[in-house]
Amino acid sequence: MVTVKELSKEEYLLEGHAACAGCGPAISIRVLFKALGNKVFLVVPACCTTVIQGPYPYTSFNVPLLNILFESTAAAASGIVAALRQRNIKDITVVGWAGDGGTVDIGIQALSGAAERETDFIYICYDNEAYGNTGMQRSGATPFGAWTTTTPSGKRERKKDMPLIMAAHRIPYVATACPSYPIDFVNKLRKAKEIKGTKYIHILAPCPTGWRYDTSKTVELGRLAVQTGLWALYEIENGKFKLNAPSDRLIDKAKRKSVKEYFALQGRFRSLTEKDIERIQKWVDDDWENYRRLAACSASDATPYGKI
Amino acid sequence: MNRIPKTRKEMPITALSIPTAGSMGKTGSWRTFRPEVNYSKCTRCTLCWIYCPDVAITRQEDDSPKIDYEYCKGCGICANECPVKAITMCREEKE
Ligand SMILES: Cc1ncc(C[n+]2csc(CCOP(=O)(O)OP(=O)(O)O)c2C)c(N)n1
Ligand code: SF4
Ligand code: SF4
Ligand code: SF4
Ligand SMILES: [Mg+2]
Repeated sequence: MVTVKELSKEEYLLEGHAACAGCGPAISIRVLFKALGNKVFLVVPACCTTVIQGPYPYTSFNVPLLNILFESTAAAASGIVAALRQRNIKDITVVGWAGDGGTVDIGIQALSGAAERETDFIYICYDNEAYGNTGMQRSGATPFGAWTTTTPSGKRERKKDMPLIMAAHRIPYVATACPSYPIDFVNKLRKAKEIKGTKYIHILAPCPTGWRYDTSKTVELGRLAVQTGLWALYEIENGKFKLNAPSDRLIDKAKRKSVKEYFALQGRFRSLTEKDIERIQKWVDDDWENYRRLAACSASDATPYGKI
Repeated sequence: MNRIPKTRKEMPITALSIPTAGSMGKTGSWRTFRPEVNYSKCTRCTLCWIYCPDVAITRQEDDSPKIDYEYCKGCGICANECPVKAITMCREEKE
């Protein structure tokens, strides 16, 4: 098991980039490079990351990277995979890196197609739960109750469960992550790199600007998302579901913190009522019942998401 | 026929950005609070290093952090995450 100290001192995200102070996606990108080094080819659609890259003709990303249209990450990545194969280049990992809007909304058809074609790449959705680049409009990944500029009194619909949508594609690897748990993310990336086919990782990345909290709390909030059970760390490998630490200890409801602790730190949840919070707590408990069943099923011979 | 461009001159006319530190300038000027490390408290755990979103902390030989004030945006994550509270955020003074 790798430790933080064993991670490389080499940096491929360069200092002086354009992310807001305390940006969760920026931490996630740095950890991505710690895991995979520079033998990668990134495909990035319109999103906060294109801003983090910096203004043309400069970039803070010291790796090959293609910027592409908002809806086209997985389609363009498929093209890069084919081009590398054509040139017989084997040591480069193609990584699609897109926001939640670019993944769960506009990019979902290209991603679904690439997964169905078993395209050999890693797709990562970094989820700041809104359209950050354009000033925080709601997305299909914005959670119930959250303020955005287009849900001024709180969104009234639930967040899509994108990792399980990807699991239903019967791809060989699906995982969730959070930058507050960098080693878990590193392990998942390194595992994904060794698997052939489409690998999907969904990383919940807190955003102080959009979520309305103090910039120093990014890592703390990610941790709370996990400790409350609102975000579970798991992986689905060849159809087998497995919770990862520390989520694996949270099946017992008593071990999970109240969702209130997570909401209290963020301005975007200010309009939540007690009734809303009760509803959300119930949904979280239902989700965990589902995780418990998936884990139990996987521990037997069954693969809840189909044999690969 | 597939022809791979060998030089920049042969490349198609397309936007190509050059990796540069400080692509957004000296982002240290964004800072309101300045992280100060108390090295006698620091246990060299490297957590502040891995969590810094701005690549503004380098790990020295002994694994203690060195903060690059040219680029540190003063987010305070390092201070919030340090397990032994060896980092304090101090208000920047006007020069
Ligand atoms: C077809 C199209 N529609 C709208 C836009 C404008 N646009 C650029 S980035 C963006 C939001 C991206 O949100 P998300 O994918 O969640 O990434 P984030 O900015 O939050 O990192 C939008 C709406 C666009 N570039 N292309
Ligand atoms: S809006 Fe949020 S995700 Fe986008 S750069 Fe700022 S902190 Fe990062
Ligand atoms: S205050 Fe933020 S940007 Fe500055 S060194 Fe600490 S974590 Fe990095
Ligand atoms: S987090 Fe604190 S103890 Fe750990 S290396 Fe940084 S300053 Fe030292
Ligand atoms: Mg987003």
